Amino acid sequence: MNALTTLGLLSPEILLLITALAVLTLDLIWHGERRTGWLPYLAVAGTLAAIVATLAIYGRGESILGEMMAADDFALFFKLVALSATALVILGARQHIAARARREGEFYFLLLSATLASMLATAATDLISLYLAFEFLSLASYVLVSYLRGDDFSVEGGIKYFLYGAVASAIMLYGMTLLYGATGTTTLRGIAEGLNRSAGPLASLAIPISIMLLAGFAFKIAIAPFHQWAPDAYEGAPTPVTAYLSVASKMTGFAVLLRVMVVGMGDFQPTWARVLGAFAIVSMVLGNLVALQQPNIKRMLAYSSIAHAGYIMVGFVTHGLDPVGFTGLNGVLFYAMVYVFTNVGLFLGIIAFENATDSTKIADFAGLFRRSPVLAISMCYFLFSLTGIPFTGGMFAKIFVFGPAMQAGPFGLLLAGIGVVTSVVGAYYYLNVVRTMFFVAGDASAPAVPVGRLVQIGLVAAAVVTLAIGVFPQPLVDLASRSAVVLGMLP
Amino acid sequence: MEDVVGSVPLTWYLVVAAALFCIGLYGVLTRRNAVSILMGVELILNAANINLVAFWRHVGPEQLDGVVFALIVITVAACEAAVGLALIIGVFRSRRSVDLSDIDLLQG
Repeated sequence: MNALTTLGLLSPEILLLITALAVLTLDLIWHGERRTGWLPYLAVAGTLAAIVATLAIYGRGESILGEMMAADDFALFFKLVALSATALVILGARQHIAARARREGEFYFLLLSATLASMLATAATDLISLYLAFEFLSLASYVLVSYLRGDDFSVEGGIKYFLYGAVASAIMLYGMTLLYGATGTTTLRGIAEGLNRSAGPLASLAIPISIMLLAGFAFKIAIAPFHQWAPDAYEGAPTPVTAYLSVASKMTGFAVLLRVMVVGMGDFQPTWARVLGAFAIVSMVLGNLVALQQPNIKRMLAYSSIAHAGYIMVGFVTHGLDPVGFTGLNGVLFYAMVYVFTNVGLFLGIIAFENATDSTKIADFAGLFRRSPVLAISMCYFLFSLTGIPFTGGMFAKIFVFGPAMQAGPFGLLLAGIGVVTSVVGAYYYLNVVRTMFFVAGDASAPAVPVGRLVQIGLVAAAVVTLAIGVFPQPLVDLASRSAVVLGMLP
Repeated sequence: MEDVVGSVPLTWYLVVAAALFCIGLYGVLTRRNAVSILMGVELILNAANINLVAFWRHVGPEQLDGVVFALIVITVAACEAAVGLALIIGVFRSRRSVDLSDIDLLQG
């Protein structure tokens, strides 16, 4: 393969890198509100260009850079997920960050860097490139969480995220070295062959290595029992960063987990499927039950995102239990895309509210319907989608994940059952926010909540996509199925 | 010199690495000081490096992936320490302490 083809397949990353560097440079040389106001537009334009480039190379799946990376459909799908999330988050970040931090250009630079790292991580097919991209993503995220240096909460969220993350990734690295020692190679394909060749003696290593690797991946996904950082980091972080962590960073973790487990450790499927299934159960139960008692909406959504990680994991695990004739994997991809638009959409509403009132307490949302009916209705719609009510993308996401699980034997049925029951528990706290907004009388003299133009664009885009998926899910199902096939697991 | 290195069996290196890993993990789990936790993490990373280099020499010195991996880990560890210490300084500015027991605004 020649260099030009490689560059073509890396064009989304290159475009994003150029945009990030341009934003950083212009932030240094531009002064004054009138000019720096263009930075978010530039960042969004670069992200959209990267989305177009990603769509242009769809279906050309090739291994590049000496098996270090694969520009296959699976990676491209998760690149689309990360890029869509980034575009929406930048739209929401403008007003929020400008009002709270001295410089905002660096914020977009860090956000674009984190997305670049996500894209590299989803494509990585070698332990070295995987570790490097994963750490790149983590380092950018730590700084993003503690971006508001003067805010004690932001700094505290950042240090907690960092300490948990550093330990988790160090343990993951130790597991990777054992995997390298056991197989003598760092490429995922080579590892699969090596493990297959010596399946007998290495079987005893499968559980410890899986758990060490999972420490790193599960940390990024924020699935129980590696979730302790999430509520603190989510609550402390600037709200746009919370939105970013809950979708882009989480889904990147899923992409890496799927690829490493399916491609690299496919032979040990029965082992890790049980472990991940247990994680899913704990996440769904714990996430939903603890979310019930949260007075702060950011913290509530942190626990909700732990629960959603559990739902997504159900799709992946049941896939592991029944490799033939099952479609849970494309359910995972479908869920990832829907969750991006639903969750970031809801966060955009919260950002608009926080910009006006400086509060994220659920009780303060009282009377929002009377103050700002459109904002309240759009947030209500996203909450319905998270609950899984018809005519939202969230309903199909749940069906595509739980449906296959129900046909995957007793363990799958157990997982799906717990998923459905805990979803009902989840409905209680999601709809509680709706009830507060619509039926609890708030301060009668409170003015309408102004929603900035960029946030409006983001809200409309997120709502339109969520509704479109909720009414016509087929195109996304096709895309997800096509992308999942690449991992070589669908019949 | 070559013979001395060659005569040490792989297991010994792995035992040293595992011991280092355990010491690091113990430090991470028991210390309350953020800097000490960072030191524990560095120990775990170094344990991984010993593993990498030992395995590299054992399974195939003709391919460079093991040592390259180790070099990359050293680089990443440096970046991580830089970001980590910056965050710790940030916390110290606001709390006058780097003890995790004092960093307790966010709870629930």
